[in-house]
Amino acid sequence: MTSSNVDFFLLAGAALFCLGFYALAAHAHLLRKILALNVSGSGVFLILIATAHGPEGAAPDPVPHALVLTGIVVAVSATALALVLSGRVHEATGKAELPAGPSDS
Amino acid sequence: MLPLVCALGAFMVPRAGRWLTLVAAAGLSLITWDMARVALSHGAQRYPLAGWGAPLGIELYADGAAVLMLALTVTVMGSVSLYAGEYFSSKHRHQNGSAHEGRAVFFWPLWLFLWCGLNALFLSADIFNLYVTLELVGLAAVTLAALEGGPGALLAATRYLLVSLLASFCFLLGVAVLYAGAATLDIELLRQSMTPGPLAWAGVSFMVTGLLIKTAVFPVHFWLPPAHAQASTPVSAVLSALVVKASFYLLFRLWFDLFSAVAKPPSAEFLASLGAAAVIWGSIQALRQERLKLLVAYSTVAQVGYLLLAIPLVHATNDSSGWAGCFYWALSHGCAKAAMFLAAGNLLWAAGHDRIAELGGAAKQLGLSMFAFLLAAVSLAGLPPSGGFIAKWLLLSASLASGQWEKAVVLVLGGLLTAAYSVRVLRQAFVPATASEQPPRPVPRLLEWIAVSLSLLALLLGFYANPIVRLLQVGAPRAGQAFTGGL
Repeated sequence: MTSSNVDFFLLAGAALFCLGFYALAAHAHLLRKILALNVSGSGVFLILIATAHGPEGAAPDPVPHALVLTGIVVAVSATALALVLSGRVHEATGKAELPAGPSDS
Repeated sequence: MLPLVCALGAFMVPRAGRWLTLVAAAGLSLITWDMARVALSHGAQRYPLAGWGAPLGIELYADGAAVLMLALTVTVMGSVSLYAGEYFSSKHRHQNGSAHEGRAVFFWPLWLFLWCGLNALFLSADIFNLYVTLELVGLAAVTLAALEGGPGALLAATRYLLVSLLASFCFLLGVAVLYAGAATLDIELLRQSMTPGPLAWAGVSFMVTGLLIKTAVFPVHFWLPPAHAQASTPVSAVLSALVVKASFYLLFRLWFDLFSAVAKPPSAEFLASLGAAAVIWGSIQALRQERLKLLVAYSTVAQVGYLLLAIPLVHATNDSSGWAGCFYWALSHGCAKAAMFLAAGNLLWAAGHDRIAELGGAAKQLGLSMFAFLLAAVSLAGLPPSGGFIAKWLLLSASLASGQWEKAVVLVLGGLLTAAYSVRVLRQAFVPATASEQPPRPVPRLLEWIAVSLSLLALLLGFYANPIVRLLQVGAPRAGQAFTGGL
């Protein structure tokens, strides 16, 4: 990997993170929110992977790879839980959306 | 480890969940007691797991604050476990509906997973492990909050989950940035190799943002009140008393162990002003609530504010009174808030609703629960002789000694507001019951006594301050030590 490549990955990761953040705030539908979070997460993982890059010609640092693997496992289980919850919300309220304001009922 | 084993056991043998939890509680109290003894006599301890030390292996780190948070966890989780055992017991099934029994099956394993996550979090010594434990605690907490099952609880839990995931990703992003700068994850090694600069700044601000969201600090507190108020009683108690503290503990620990090398005083002041806003806003919201559990939840938002308020105080004082006061507040708030939620849950159990305006007659019928509520309120408002008083005293003297009188004003004002919304509830409870109401449901004695004993504990913390403060000073940062790099 050349260093301009690394910059590209870092920028792409940051862009994905921001994109996911925006989508999380902008969309009402729960499925879209969950997807948005996953996009954000991928951005973070991309940045982590890009940090593995060492000096020219050296082997990449293995630690960030291990971190990303752990992160993916966590993200997958969290997504599963989020999907189950949104399914339950759909059953209970008839639509898979969060109300605009905090509901106190 | 013990709660993890018991959690797996409880998952496989649902009927034994209650007893396995009690076994875990007993074992953990012994372990915590031993760790406190070791920390007092030998100072802060590092335990390399499986014989592999840093930088490659995973290490656990236990100083006074960590041990005390473990002790708080074992106390609150232990007593609330007893409460939950009775609460979910099949004896009351015909009153709670059949769905209740099904929930209890999932309750115990999740409960133990949460416990295990909390313990690991308090002891972790590297920032990636902190991320994993934070996630573990978050997922277990969300699932427990959703277990109540009603539409309100599900919506609140979903919101909690989304917010909590976003916060975790923020934290992880910060970890990635710091790792890119220093190529290590261990807190101690990171501190040595961190240099002030845009990279460290970015990493630190991502991590702090993530933790602030998780701690529900004003203005990102919006997810907390519905999630805490809608959960079932034992879950609300633990969410408010412990889970919020966990992310705060991380913030505090990382701030002084790590971030103080790069953060400048204005950023500490910024956090403190967020805390002050939280104290005022949370208390005013609590005053305005119509439902008892929401009132208690907003009071948590307010009381988390005190903890942030303490950050510049720790920097400014030469003795560790700011540090000790902050953790003392965390301890007494943990006990008192758990007691308050349990008392509120008892009222809910008896009346079937928690509308404050219709609490009439509660003092007569649920005298013990109201007594617990009163004692908890005394500690939360910081009146002597409670644990809350000692904490406020330490914080007040720290703020006056360092000339930050505006923080003292917020501390006192917050106490007055706490007293105001507590009195509002208590006054309603002493109004005679209206005749038209349906007969209240009897509350098991055990549920009432647990609330009372937790609130008594919060009060007793006021009498045994000395050994606890001594334990807190093991590994507490000194003012000279913090801020050497940033200034």
